[in-house]
Amino acid sequence: MDFSDTREEAEYRAKVRAFLDANAEKREPGKLFQAKYGDDNLVPLAKKWQRKKYDAGFAGITLPKEYGGQGGTQIQQVIYNQEEQNYLVPRGVYEIGLGMCIPTMLTYATEAQKQRYAPAALKGDEIWCQLFSEPAAGSDVANSKTRALRDGDDWIINGQKIWTSGAHFSDFGIIVVRTDPSVPKHKGMSFFFLDMKSPGIEVRRIKQISGTSNFNEVFFTDVRVPDSQRLGGVGEGWRVALTTLMNERLAVGMTPPPDFDEIFAFTRSVELESGPAIRDSSVRERLADWYVEMQGLKLTQFRTITALSRGEAPGPEASITKIISANKRQDIANFAMDLMEQGGVAMGADQPMAGLFQEAMLSSPSGRIAGGTDEILRNIIAERVLGLPQDIRVDKDVPFDQLPSGR
Amino acid sequence: MNFDFTDDQRMLRDQARRFLEANARPREVLEGSEPFDRNLWEKVCELGWPGTALPEEEGGVGLSYVDLCVIAEELGRALAPVPFSSSIYQALEAVRSAGSEDQRRVHLPALASGEKIGCLATAEGNGPLNPRTIKAEVSGDKISGMKTPVADGDIADLAVVAAKSGGEIGLFLVDLTGPGVAREPVESVDPSRSHARLAFDRAPAELLGNAADGWRILEQVQDRAAVLLAFEQVGGAQKCLEDAKEYALNRYAFGRPIASFQAIKHKLADVYMATELARSNAYFGAWALNTGAAELPVAAAAARVAANKAFTLAAEENIQTHGGMGFTWEFDCHLYLRRAKLLALALGGERTWKNRLVSQLERRNIAATQAA
Repeated sequence: MDFSDTREEAEYRAKVRAFLDANAEKREPGKLFQAKYGDDNLVPLAKKWQRKKYDAGFAGITLPKEYGGQGGTQIQQVIYNQEEQNYLVPRGVYEIGLGMCIPTMLTYATEAQKQRYAPAALKGDEIWCQLFSEPAAGSDVANSKTRALRDGDDWIINGQKIWTSGAHFSDFGIIVVRTDPSVPKHKGMSFFFLDMKSPGIEVRRIKQISGTSNFNEVFFTDVRVPDSQRLGGVGEGWRVALTTLMNERLAVGMTPPPDFDEIFAFTRSVELESGPAIRDSSVRERLADWYVEMQGLKLTQFRTITALSRGEAPGPEASITKIISANKRQDIANFAMDLMEQGGVAMGADQPMAGLFQEAMLSSPSGRIAGGTDEILRNIIAERVLGLPQDIRVDKDVPFDQLPSGR
Repeated sequence: MNFDFTDDQRMLRDQARRFLEANARPREVLEGSEPFDRNLWEKVCELGWPGTALPEEEGGVGLSYVDLCVIAEELGRALAPVPFSSSIYQALEAVRSAGSEDQRRVHLPALASGEKIGCLATAEGNGPLNPRTIKAEVSGDKISGMKTPVADGDIADLAVVAAKSGGEIGLFLVDLTGPGVAREPVESVDPSRSHARLAFDRAPAELLGNAADGWRILEQVQDRAAVLLAFEQVGGAQKCLEDAKEYALNRYAFGRPIASFQAIKHKLADVYMATELARSNAYFGAWALNTGAAELPVAAAAARVAANKAFTLAAEENIQTHGGMGFTWEFDCHLYLRRAKLLALALGGERTWKNRLVSQLERRNIAATQAA
């Protein structure tokens, strides 16, 4: 048990800190970056930040140098993430493109395509989105109904995608579509990348409970995509999609504040009947639970680094982090508002931490659904970590066009 | 960064696991009339486990606290029916942290070799332990009063007793085989670990550490024991998860293994998450214990809170997964349920430790603010 970095790790961490200190503001409880995900002014700020990261050598840390990455190790990536968490930086614009789309491109695209797209994405010049979910294909993402029909050297896409983060400001997207409905669902899919400015693509923003719009619906009407933009073989789209989704599990991590630091600071400042809330034993009990969860996730990450540095498979962190932190965020938001009693219903900048808890009460439900629902993540833990059998699949061997479908 | 056990420690763990799988039989103690497994205890002592973290010059083996944590996890996994936690995590640690040179020379080798068994006597019946609730009193080197329940109080040779003395709380060494000591067994929820009621009537008592420092020393000892017990709890929780999984894979209902039902899968995923959070918090406790870091009080309380939750959940859901067989005497599920509750109450209950954790966080926060 030893927390000290190796010499190389310590040097790398120092470099990261120097970069962050010089270019970003330190995070404090309750303090957020000036623009949050869904705000229109976030994209230009994020572009600037991504370019700074690229110039300083912190973009695409684990991606190969010949495509604009750093050719670094996963440990360096984890160190960078750990340090960046302590600063206020724009988040949410590049994570999907660089964490999921570009790694998929680097696995399946041609050499010329890799050269064309990867460096531009890493520099922040081009933004990517991921078009998987559909109205009838959420957790069951292989139930995709969006059709692509072959037409000479092109494919023509018709259908609808949904929950596409950043589609409205993205330049390119990766998409999984049905190319053969006459075979069972996992076998009739193909995978493409496409220009989001292609004729026939219409993006509509979805207004969420919280009033912000982080996601979109994307409609495809006779959208023409060249066959040269197919990733993987015809009918092998599901296998390609799995590569992307595996990257998603690594890319999706901690949820935004409020976390323990915010609720701890709040309970020390807010007054109840007999002094600060933190003196109340029911409050202390909850604080203890949240601290243990927050600390447990942070420490589990150290176990992952250890496993990586020993050349072993990453630990369980990727699968447990999101379930625990998303549920914790919802609980913390609710609890803080309860402590405000009747006044808690009011929103806005006059509220403690500029209304952070009220905002989180309304936005936290999405954290338990987006990027893999609590239920799907529990399935993943049960099946991939514990080795329990898959559920019985009634749709496995039935041709897609003969499957029953509800609403 | 190496936030895991070393290869040597992994080897120690594998050896300990094999040894305990072959030799630990908690059910025999649970159902029998012996208070503990003497034969296992002798073997454990021959292996040198009790002296693991004690320097050689003080009669120990000279390994580290992390090695002791490795052994603790395996003892917990095996529900080992021996007085290890009382004698080592508590009595030996109390002497080690507060004993005079003479006391260390006399008691540490005896405890580390297993020649003597020690225990820590603090509770006086139900309710939270604090300086005001302790009634046992020492005057003129003689202790009078009652302590119950005391883990291994019936079999120990030596007790470290918390008692009032001149208005302060002190820790005192009492020879349980000497005059003025009456002890009777207490039936507990986990008969695989024995408990007793100790009655002192002017029994000779020797001060351990400074007279006014007893409460502080006791908290230090509890912090160390909390980390080590957290490893026992993590070991127990992990075994419950494995047993539940094994049963669910082999138990068929509605034409398929119950392990394929989401109701079971999600339950076991929850147990897994709680166990991993507990394991990570316990590792941090091991690091703090081993390095004597200032973080120990926070780390120990967090390890304990997380481990209580994990073992309790794992033991309960193991029974639930086993269905009707889970609540029979014949199946082993109840052994873990019993031990989970026993360990959750040793050193004080959940409310006490959560409170302690938040107090430590407040203290740390004030210190950080003052430093800034």
